[in-house]
Amino acid sequence: MSRETDEFLIEKGLFLTAISSVIVIALIIIFIFWEGYPAIVNVGFFNFIFGMDWSPSNGLYGVFPMIIGSLAITGLSLLMAVPLGVFCAIFMAEIAPGKMRKILRPTLQTLSGIPSVVYGFFGLIILVPFMRVQFGGTGFSMLTASLILTVMILPIIVSVSEDAIKSVPSEYKEASLALGATHWQTIKNVIFPAAIPGVITSIILGMGRAIGETLAIIMVAGNVVQIPTSILDPVRALTSNIAIEMGYATGTHYNALFATGIVLIFMILILLVIANYFHYKKKVTVGGGYL
Amino acid sequence: MYRILSPKISQKIMKSIFWVSGLITIFILLIIIGYILLKGLPVINLEFIFAEPIDSGRAGGIFPMIISTAYVTLIALLVATPLGVGAAVYLAEYAGEGRLVAAIRFGAETLSSIPSIIFGLFGLAFFVIYLDMGWSVLSGGLTLALMALPTILAASEVSIESVNKSYSEGSLALGATKWQTVYQVVVPAAMPGITTGVILGMGRAIAEAAAILYTVGAALAIPISFMDPARPLPLHLYILATEGISLDNAYGTAAVLVIIILVITVVTNTLVDRYTKKMMGR
Repeated sequence: MSRETDEFLIEKGLFLTAISSVIVIALIIIFIFWEGYPAIVNVGFFNFIFGMDWSPSNGLYGVFPMIIGSLAITGLSLLMAVPLGVFCAIFMAEIAPGKMRKILRPTLQTLSGIPSVVYGFFGLIILVPFMRVQFGGTGFSMLTASLILTVMILPIIVSVSEDAIKSVPSEYKEASLALGATHWQTIKNVIFPAAIPGVITSIILGMGRAIGETLAIIMVAGNVVQIPTSILDPVRALTSNIAIEMGYATGTHYNALFATGIVLIFMILILLVIANYFHYKKKVTVGGGYL
Repeated sequence: MYRILSPKISQKIMKSIFWVSGLITIFILLIIIGYILLKGLPVINLEFIFAEPIDSGRAGGIFPMIISTAYVTLIALLVATPLGVGAAVYLAEYAGEGRLVAAIRFGAETLSSIPSIIFGLFGLAFFVIYLDMGWSVLSGGLTLALMALPTILAASEVSIESVNKSYSEGSLALGATKWQTVYQVVVPAAMPGITTGVILGMGRAIAEAAAILYTVGAALAIPISFMDPARPLPLHLYILATEGISLDNAYGTAAVLVIIILVITVVTNTLVDRYTKKMMGR
């Protein structure tokens, strides 16, 4: 074989590896839809999405309480994780001395590496009894799940926000300081506003993690199918629904769990599109700074 | 009204708030890791590591689970490493800026944000049922490979792109072909970054439980063939904890997982440090 054919074949081979992730995504979507579609047809699209009752033994497949459950847990954990995460990111990018940074970085890496089951286990052993003593009830609640999720999504919010803050051109900061602004005024009025698109991306990524988290939530959320009226109510997330019932589901029930997966995929895709929009915007604004 | 505090005082207040949020983060990690290790380390001894579980894990050790984790992780890396590194080489060295490349990037990005339970569903529908692999180490390992793929791809691409352009220009100028340059100059120079990516992918595979819940089975025996069902460590911990089988063994299993993750963090950091020093040295 000549050198040219070798080179040609290698390039094509590498191309195949490159499109593998696209093929995998396509296969995942095809198979989840293939298995989930019959349930949506059987139950009816409207009854499935907006149905209030999930009772497979009675043929009721409504996922609305779980959509609300997933969103409520996610929203509550963002309320805690975003302020803490963004402050921590500003701390790491602007304020922390070198030594603190050297401690914080591996700390966040470890937090993001700890298996979700370990978080769930910790929640089950420590947090659930604590909540039971403090607030009464069983201790399994939306609040307990959100607290665990807060810790789990903290690393991604901090690391992406920190990158965004660091990528603000230093001329901005220097100009503001030269005008006599204090460091905090500079952070508040110059650095942070310029980093906002990246911070929003970090929040969306954290949201994606929170919506997708499964086992840690199952272990602490109580998993009752209901629309929560208080943050101390037990809830069931979409992901939990799949993981809890897949073990024994057959027929329409089996398909309905894949259909639950379709709802999840749609939520994640919407978040990805929004994240891409802000990512694009970030490039434009930062690029604009150099013009 | 707006200026109740002087700029200097608000600066001081805000700085302490930033410090507190940084310290809270460290504190959270210390509490979680400290508690798990405090309760788990006393359980861990040679017998716990090398014995088989007795009575569904009420007593005995976790040896089959360690083997299971090693087995599925190995399969995941054997599949995901060539795919991820190959894709990274293509994206960094061969691809232009076309629509197809944008699609590939979007594919990898989407893959990294798909919830693990969706991978689990896919693994069940595709590997276990459609390809008839059953609940096995192979089904679980392949499902984990798909999850580790975007991690390996992203880290490898960044490190390949950051290889100094003068290296490949030098090699091409000496008459080497594109592939010879990539294979003998660019990839070796990017090796520390690629290794870091593979270790991170490994961490993801070791930690994952939801994706293998319905693909790997939950057998307590040591898996021999890759068609055997197995029970990796996170899955074992999940079952021990939710079914209330044994708190002590759950602590031990959790501690083993935490130690593995700590080792991975230390190793990747050492690699990255060395790599950065090497690059700075030039």
